[in-house]
Amino acid sequence: MSTHGFLHQAIIYLGAALVMVPLAHRLGLGSVLGYLAAGVVIGPSALGLIEDPEQVLHFSEFGVVLLLFLIGLELNPRRLWTMRKPIFEMGGLQVALCVAGLALVGLAFGFDNRASLVLGMGFAMSSTALALQLLREKNLHQIPVGESSFAVLLFQDLAVIPMMAAIPLLAPVAAGAESAGGIARLIPFAKVLLALAGVILAGRYVIRPIFRVMARTHIREIFTAFALAIVFGVALLMDAVGLSMALGTFLAGILLAESEFRHELEVDIEPFKGLLLGLFFIAVGMSMQLGILKSDPLLVLGLVLALLSVKLAVLFGIARLFRHSRQESALFALALSQGGEFAFVLFGVATEAKVLEPSQTGLLNIAIALSMAATPFLFMLHERIANRWLDSTPVELGPEHHARPEGNPVILAGYGRVGQVIGRLLHSQSIGITILELDPGQIETVRKFGWRTFYGDVSRLDMLRSAGAEAAKLLVLAIDDMEAVARTISLAKEHFPHLKVLVRADSRIDAYHFINTGVEVVRSTFAPGLEMGEEALKLLGVPSHETRSIAQRFKRYDREQLFKAAKHVADIDALITLSAQSKEELSRIMATDEKKRAEIVGDGWG
Amino acid sequence: MRVTVLFFHPFQRRSRVNRALWKAIQGVPGVVARDLYELYPEYSIDVEREQETLLGTDVLVFQHPFYWYSCPSLMKEWLDSVLEYGWAYGEGGNKLEGKRWLQAITTGGPESAYHREGYNHFSIIELMRPFEQSARRCGMVPLRPFVTHGSSVLDDAGLAAQAARYRELLAAIAAGSLPSELLTDRCEEIRG
Repeated sequence: MSTHGFLHQAIIYLGAALVMVPLAHRLGLGSVLGYLAAGVVIGPSALGLIEDPEQVLHFSEFGVVLLLFLIGLELNPRRLWTMRKPIFEMGGLQVALCVAGLALVGLAFGFDNRASLVLGMGFAMSSTALALQLLREKNLHQIPVGESSFAVLLFQDLAVIPMMAAIPLLAPVAAGAESAGGIARLIPFAKVLLALAGVILAGRYVIRPIFRVMARTHIREIFTAFALAIVFGVALLMDAVGLSMALGTFLAGILLAESEFRHELEVDIEPFKGLLLGLFFIAVGMSMQLGILKSDPLLVLGLVLALLSVKLAVLFGIARLFRHSRQESALFALALSQGGEFAFVLFGVATEAKVLEPSQTGLLNIAIALSMAATPFLFMLHERIANRWLDSTPVELGPEHHARPEGNPVILAGYGRVGQVIGRLLHSQSIGITILELDPGQIETVRKFGWRTFYGDVSRLDMLRSAGAEAAKLLVLAIDDMEAVARTISLAKEHFPHLKVLVRADSRIDAYHFINTGVEVVRSTFAPGLEMGEEALKLLGVPSHETRSIAQRFKRYDREQLFKAAKHVADIDALITLSAQSKEELSRIMATDEKKRAEIVGDGWG
Repeated sequence: MRVTVLFFHPFQRRSRVNRALWKAIQGVPGVVARDLYELYPEYSIDVEREQETLLGTDVLVFQHPFYWYSCPSLMKEWLDSVLEYGWAYGEGGNKLEGKRWLQAITTGGPESAYHREGYNHFSIIELMRPFEQSARRCGMVPLRPFVTHGSSVLDDAGLAAQAARYRELLAAIAAGSLPSELLTDRCEEIRG
């Protein structure tokens, strides 16, 4: 394709996305529907701006590869273990029952066995993005049913992998494929194991050391390049040994999940994943055969209704089985009722493996899209009608209900001498902290002591997001780069206004600037200086409690002066005058106390 | 008997009488003297450590100025935190049973002020009922207080004499003899 042609295409895709996605968002329909709609609009069914969607579909599958890498990366074995009951029991049951029930629907609508199974698998998956967004909007993500939803969605993420591996196995067997017998059949299996072993070893002994070297260069793009190289490299390796690329990168993600560079990787890969995945959905939209909707609307709507009903029933039943109230169970069922983006991926794989006919895929894709569009409307319906039937006891939020799927309440940047004390103090109160640090040497040392520390520059918006600033309560900046602190403060104020910020200031001037932004400021050198001053007084014979009292008074006065001076930070002369005045004033105050003391002959009471 | 003195004065350098009394009892055999405002200048009392000290004593002496007919706030903090339910009182709270409670207090006003017609309107014994009752509640035996009145007008000779008396008292208790003037009845007469 000529350069012009490429740019021409790019503009079309971008333009379509730029129009449809915000529109979909406005209508409360989620970005996935926006991308799909964009694809429909520019594809053969409507404007016909792009004639051959196949090419784009192949290219954009890399989006799926990256998506699975990120899922593997974000998998938290510890969290999985603590949530193992809801994840594996509830999630497992949901997937199993839904696949079965939905496959039956498929059979009823005339799909063959294999296709029905694929239909069941696809539709059993819900849309993580849509479900979580809805739950968060209704403020339900912190109560038990929110935790259950999250657990089930997590299990679905896990279930996709075996499903994707299983689908090609469903393919009608080609004539010559069965001839290889015995040992020859084991060879491909052995190749896969070898490749996996290779990835594991490379992960531990090659990738991490290389990362550390790159981290020391502090060159941003190198990371991104390296991260992409890893993902694509693994993908190709897996493809070469006959495993799906997606599965391969999922494993790679898991390998790197515990490394200190996890956040960095997430942050670098995320934009690519976002764009490519968007492109993927556009491609799906383009290949959607809206003709079916026109020619056979009843079939389509019937299918959608049948699928939704079965899924809603199963979800509601499972929630009740796991002891949720009727109200909560209804919300759970509604939030997860739709077919999700993974369905498109699974159907794509199935079509490639010839388990599904393209015409079938077309119908199913439309059904998925319609089910996604239906979710917000179902919620609205529920709010109007169902509330009367189900129990109306308001859900009470006790402290034991507060699940924290998104991350820790505290983000601590800077884990040097100052940060470590803060970290240890908070940790002693079982407060979860996400620690960000820029010095790889420091990270290595600290990790040896068992602290989960991540490489990352807190003054970057994407890093703040990745570290969970959206859901966190407090951001603590204990780093020694005052400019970075200033940048981070303005980012936090603009994008995360709910987030409380506590910063370290290394000098008085820094303190003035930060005070003026309204954040909580602690001067890093004041307390040690005060403590030494106290010790000095004690060594000179002043009793402990009196020393403490003097020091506290000094501290209070000094802080008042700090705030007064902060108002004049731009005016050096004013600051100088103020400084001289305050020295005088402090001496005067302390002298007055001394005088008062001298006047009293001893204590009035003895 | 083992004697432990708990001294409470927030600003010793301003104190004349208490300081003198405190100095006077240093080094008396069998008497452990502890300066609580020095140990806990920030009021974070180490309860376990305090309780351990109490277990190792037979007579507990509180020395303090009679701030507002009561005690300095650290002492109140000490009473609130150290005399725990289940340890000092209540179910299983018998660790202090039988031990003696003695307060050595100093007041600004003269002895005459502490009567119905005096400007303080109540006697020392009446004003110290809460302490007395606290002691009983812990199964302890409250002793009559050792009071140093009129600290603002006490001259050097008087102060020295009082300090010596204080020292002798504690020495005698440590040696095993409880002076009878310290013992109280359940229903003390209220001198009018």
